[in-house]
Amino acid sequence: MTDGNRTIELGTGLFVLLGFAALAFLTTQLPSSGIQFSQSGDVYRVAAHFDNVGDLKVGAPVSMAGVRIGRVESVRIDPREYKAVVELAIEQQYGRIPDDSDAAIQTAGLLGAKYVGVTAGGSETFLVSGSQIQFTQSALVLENLVNKLFASIAGKDDTAK
Amino acid sequence: MNRLWQWPAAALRNAGRVSLFLLQVLAQCLPALRHPREVMLQVYNSGARSLIIIMLCGLFVGMVLGLQGYDLLQRFGSESSLGVAAALGLIKELGPVVTALLFAGRAGTSLTSEIGLMRATDQLTAMEMMAVDPVRRVVAPRFLGGIIAVPLLTAIFNCIGIFGAQLVGVGLMGVESGSFWSQMQGAVQLGDVNEGLIKSICFGVACSLMAVYEGFHTEPTAAGVGLATTRTVVSSAVLILVIDYMLTAAFL
Repeated sequence: MTDGNRTIELGTGLFVLLGFAALAFLTTQLPSSGIQFSQSGDVYRVAAHFDNVGDLKVGAPVSMAGVRIGRVESVRIDPREYKAVVELAIEQQYGRIPDDSDAAIQTAGLLGAKYVGVTAGGSETFLVSGSQIQFTQSALVLENLVNKLFASIAGKDDTAK
Repeated sequence: MNRLWQWPAAALRNAGRVSLFLLQVLAQCLPALRHPREVMLQVYNSGARSLIIIMLCGLFVGMVLGLQGYDLLQRFGSESSLGVAAALGLIKELGPVVTALLFAGRAGTSLTSEIGLMRATDQLTAMEMMAVDPVRRVVAPRFLGGIIAVPLLTAIFNCIGIFGAQLVGVGLMGVESGSFWSQMQGAVQLGDVNEGLIKSICFGVACSLMAVYEGFHTEPTAAGVGLATTRTVVSSAVLILVIDYMLTAAFL
């Protein structure tokens, strides 16, 4: 076998391998939630129960006073309480968060993505891995608000007559 | 009146000749697969050697998407959707189209001039004299190589492009990395990836067909080879964009 042949075979093999790897990435990793590019090195996990998470996605940021402190690890349903359980992975460097802190699902901008905003409480004890955030505030679902608004307008009209 | 009809008649005749040539090539594809080495050599020539330019262009197209997408989306306060915009734009439109256009310019021209030079130096006629079918021996492996190479190049272009968009969006513009990826994964569906894949296969067929057709039917002169090479780029580009519109309309 000559040297030129070997180069061609190697080049073709590399190209085909790279192509199929890219194809595999596009078909398997992109649509589903498979990859986690953010480094999940030093984190601790806390849970929070919500009545309604809106369209909170796995990987959405967890922020405190506007600064990112972690990410949403998983969103699932509690089969007993029928509430959404959101697991938050918070970076270890933000280890001193009071355990009576409040977690709210908020929206970035008017139509932006949902994220979890944490507001610090006043407790002397801190959240540790596995603990649960007691005070939560569900996502504002715009349709519900509009419904309420229309209902209250209709109610006022009725009493006026 | 006669002259008026000449142009549409010639166009129609050309379309018919290309279609007939496509059938002729397709009929020789299976026999050509019996020589996988020849096909592999063509995958190397048109695919592996286009890799660098495809990766470089993919990176910059992705980076531009990152900049433009950020500029547009931040006006609506939804710059966290940058990942969705970049990924869908790349997978469904830009990836297949830009890759095919680059392929036509990089590999299509070299195919045409190679086959055209064989025509000009009577090598194809010599093969026919020796009862070797030049369509099977020369055209079909190059055609197959192009069809295999274009979808793979497109997939690589898409990946690099998404990486480029992330580089600019997350690294430079400060979009939240978590929402960039999570929104992208939430919004991109397998159907979108398949749409891009089907498009790239169709473009691969169109590009390779035009390249081998123009080469095979070159006027056997030096000027003829040059003219055929130019025609390859023009007809491939037009064909790609027309097919792209039709496929997009069909998929919507």
